[in-house]
Amino acid sequence: MSATTPIPVQPAPIAPNPLELFIAFSLISVSGFGGVLYWSRRMMVDERKWLTAEEFNEAYALCNFLPGPNIVNFSVVFGRQVGGTVGALVALLGLLGPPFLLVTLLGLLYAHYGEIAALQRVLAGVAAAAAGLTISTSIKMAGPLLRERPGFAHGVAMASFLAVGVLRWPIYWVLGVLIPASIALAWCMRR
Amino acid sequence: MSSEIGTLLTLAGYFALLSLFAIGGANAALPEMHRLAVEVMHWMSDRQFADMFAIAQMTPGPNVIVVTLIGYHVAGLPGALVATLAMCGPTCVFAFFVGQVWDRFKDAPWRLVIQAALVPVSIGLIGASAAVVARAASPSLVAAAVIVLTALVTYTVRVNPLWIFAGAALLGLGGLI
Repeated sequence: MSATTPIPVQPAPIAPNPLELFIAFSLISVSGFGGVLYWSRRMMVDERKWLTAEEFNEAYALCNFLPGPNIVNFSVVFGRQVGGTVGALVALLGLLGPPFLLVTLLGLLYAHYGEIAALQRVLAGVAAAAAGLTISTSIKMAGPLLRERPGFAHGVAMASFLAVGVLRWPIYWVLGVLIPASIALAWCMRR
Repeated sequence: MSSEIGTLLTLAGYFALLSLFAIGGANAALPEMHRLAVEVMHWMSDRQFADMFAIAQMTPGPNVIVVTLIGYHVAGLPGALVATLAMCGPTCVFAFFVGQVWDRFKDAPWRLVIQAALVPVSIGLIGASAAVVARAASPSLVAAAVIVLTALVTYTVRVNPLWIFAGAALLGLGGLI
């Protein structure tokens, strides 16, 4: 989401050890509200200098390419690059460990007190705000597409929105049809 | 006991499969999570789903942790662990191996075509998530107003969403939502 400024390529000279990796990804995880990617960029490129801006963009492109939670993929990809299997595991654990503990604790509290009227009202407020935030994020994501001339991508985005968000069809059938169709269209457009 | 294991297996299989369809991150899979947890399995109500999404958004960390909450709600701590591992495991393994060969095909034409094909799919899915979550979180007119207002403010102004969450929480506490 954040704008990326191209910086002259220079190999990042510093390689972290497993403990540093674990700490870095824990910090990224607990400082990131909503946008963990922003924090990971700041940590990896600006503060620790483990990656150049170019290398970060490259890793980011890869994680967008892969399915699943993007930042989780990023921890594995980067961890593997600098520390092999151990590095990947440690980075993943650092990223998921702290929020897992925190959210499990909140889940426990919710299970006990979730039906208390006052808490329900608070959560109703936060849920509405969180939904609003998701709407603005989705509009921002669609921004570059909306500025392009109408093409197959607009049709594909609209189809996946309508089928999954409005008609509520199972994602498997929708993507099972839509992804091959979209690839075929993208391939034809490329020529 | 066996029904508990059955539930854990359901969680594992379901989220492992879903992770592969999460094109554009964990939030892209929210509509399908809602469909399963609320409409198909009846694990929770619409309001509870909106609550869990709210809690996950308030918690620092990757968006994927909403899965942890759903797992916890369904089957306690084992459920939380199983759901989280299932949602992250398959794609992590994928990322591990693709990361090794990425350099070889990152500029290949087919790779760029696939990327161009997937981006609009994920844009549509994130939009669908917004629609589903907004519907679950708007039982009242005031709640709907908060949704619209938050969307407008966060779209136009660069503001830490925590402040908006706090304001909305106070509105809710005051019985206005």
